[in-house]
Amino acid sequence: MSTGAKDHAQLSDIFNKDEARVDWHDETLWFVRAKRDKAANSLPEWEALRETASQIKDNVLSNLHDYLLQFEANAEKNGIKVHWAANGEEHNKIVHSILKESGVNRIVKSKSMLTEECHLNDYLHKNDIEVIDTDLGERIVQLAEEPPSHIVLPCIHKKKEEIGDLFHKHLGTPEGASDPVFLTAAARDHLREKFITRKAAITGVNFAIAETGEFVVCTNEGNADMGAHLADVHIACMGIEKIVPLRKHLSVFLRILTRSATGQPITTYSSHFKKPRPGQTMHIVLVDNGRTTQLGREDFRNSLKCIRCAACMNTCPVYRRSGGHSYHTAIAGPIGSILAPNLDMKNYADLPFASTLCGSCSNVCPVKINIHEQLYKWRQVIVKEGYADPKKAMAMKAMDFTLSNPSIYKFAGKAGRWVLKHAPFTVNNKLNLWYKHREMPESPKQSFGEWYKQNNKND
Amino acid sequence: MTVGLFIPCYIDQFYPNAAIATLTLLKKLGVDVVYPTKQTCCGQPMANSGFEHLTQGCNDLFIENFSEFDYVVSPSGSCVLHIKDHLHADKAEDKALGIRKKIYELTEFLTDVLKVEKLTASFPHKVGVHQSCHGQRGLMLAQMSELVEAPFSKPLHLLNMVQGLELINLKRPDECCGFGGTFCVAEEAVSVKMGKDRVADHLNGGAEYITAADMSCLMHMEGILRRQNSNVKVIHIAEILNAQEF
Repeated sequence: MSTGAKDHAQLSDIFNKDEARVDWHDETLWFVRAKRDKAANSLPEWEALRETASQIKDNVLSNLHDYLLQFEANAEKNGIKVHWAANGEEHNKIVHSILKESGVNRIVKSKSMLTEECHLNDYLHKNDIEVIDTDLGERIVQLAEEPPSHIVLPCIHKKKEEIGDLFHKHLGTPEGASDPVFLTAAARDHLREKFITRKAAITGVNFAIAETGEFVVCTNEGNADMGAHLADVHIACMGIEKIVPLRKHLSVFLRILTRSATGQPITTYSSHFKKPRPGQTMHIVLVDNGRTTQLGREDFRNSLKCIRCAACMNTCPVYRRSGGHSYHTAIAGPIGSILAPNLDMKNYADLPFASTLCGSCSNVCPVKINIHEQLYKWRQVIVKEGYADPKKAMAMKAMDFTLSNPSIYKFAGKAGRWVLKHAPFTVNNKLNLWYKHREMPESPKQSFGEWYKQNNKND
Repeated sequence: MTVGLFIPCYIDQFYPNAAIATLTLLKKLGVDVVYPTKQTCCGQPMANSGFEHLTQGCNDLFIENFSEFDYVVSPSGSCVLHIKDHLHADKAEDKALGIRKKIYELTEFLTDVLKVEKLTASFPHKVGVHQSCHGQRGLMLAQMSELVEAPFSKPLHLLNMVQGLELINLKRPDECCGFGGTFCVAEEAVSVKMGKDRVADHLNGGAEYITAADMSCLMHMEGILRRQNSNVKVIHIAEILNAQEF
């Protein structure tokens, strides 16, 4: 996503120019968080499920190599063609070559954050292949020529009136029509024609089972099934961390995924794909794209446990008030902020700082990723690697000098309080970001240290 | 039992009343309290900004000031959490570890160590309790709304002993206020919006005072309240637990 090199703070500042819209965005996502709370609380064993899911994923990450080879062997046995991609570019080339061999230049695609991460749509577009996103939210942002702002609710930043305008322009719905049921019916008609006429379908993968070589795709709209069942060629794209060892492990993951995501007990469709139907070809592209690098970073490896439920986004008070696009990466929010620096530390050096470290993200995470602790750790890495603002580095050195010396600290504190009291105009101005929307603290006559000295002369 | 009183730098400089109330309250409860006068800061502002490697001076000073006490107590959950998680010294790692184990935030010290069941405090006002994140989710001073676990709250347990105090209800009982250390200026727009929303929740609940176990959140919310010319005040929980208003 091109944001003209603006960072999270600058993009959030722009987002916050329309306060009513921020309120609406915050309330909409808080509503989803509240639904998640209700669903979680309906299961007394919720915390045990989280712990189990976390441990299964720990096992997967520690034995990823073996599980991937087991999965490959079983999938091939089932008649699925397995491809390996080291990075996004290889992934895109593989998908393109499959389509070229099949003689297809118009395809449907259900939701896949991996293909967003690899910028597959752009790549295929440049190679004269038309991609229709069939998830309703994704189709909406595609019509708007925007990236998704949320991994589960791609167009959550758009109001229904704006969607009505888009549909009027692109799908010919009456001007001003914004009833969600009406607009959804229009989208259904529009997409039905695509499903019937497109010969190849791309889907994502939620879980790939090493034991059986099958994979599971979860959607609420059935669009992955519509695409895959009608197409002659089905290509499923997955990050290598999506493996689970056994089919029975789905009894844990399918229970926590959608409860965490939207508060539903389970996705409307949890479809298992094991082998191509007669006459169909089925491909799986296994993609690394930085995942093995992250696996090698001890402090950050367990970010690969993520099952892309977005609970951390919905609960994040910063995400709710800055919007997904302010993160300028395919996966926004707290989880995106610990994944993105692995891929490009310079470009995403701002993201680990887009947090108050409140810790709510780690608490809602169904696989118990210590997200806020990793945000803290990324900050240390980013500064050490030299990606911090030099002005900030100078200020921090000055702070270290002052706070390491009690007498200098006392002098600086006193001087600071004197300035606030006697020359407030030097602080209360537009150069002081605190003062823009907040008053400075009142300056007391004495510090506690001074008071203590006066009142505890015997100590 | 001798307690070393750790007063974070910004409380020392801007909120001496919170520190005085902490000291007075502990003395009232019969604790032998000493305030080491050469203390400065725990180093958290630098560490949370990614400069933990610059905090050794603060760490050494902290160890020098506090290693001799039976307990270290502080009226700030956030600073206590920082020490608990990050106090290190290659030359004195055993002392650092010792401090990490014996440092307590004030309300957890009162609840878990002193096991206070009765207070002679009176504060006849409507009060909104802000659950500061580092105290709540880091030190687990209270149950967190994200978890499916039995509720408890150390600050509320203590506030319920205060005569005349009326707690107000909040729509979002444990949402962050947006202070976040250097976040408050680095991400000014979101920080302010989070603060405004938190303050509004308390105002809608009819609070006369907003209290917390962390003065930094209160400093941020106070800045917003005063800009709005609100009559609602912020007050550190130690000042309420020590109050004698009738």
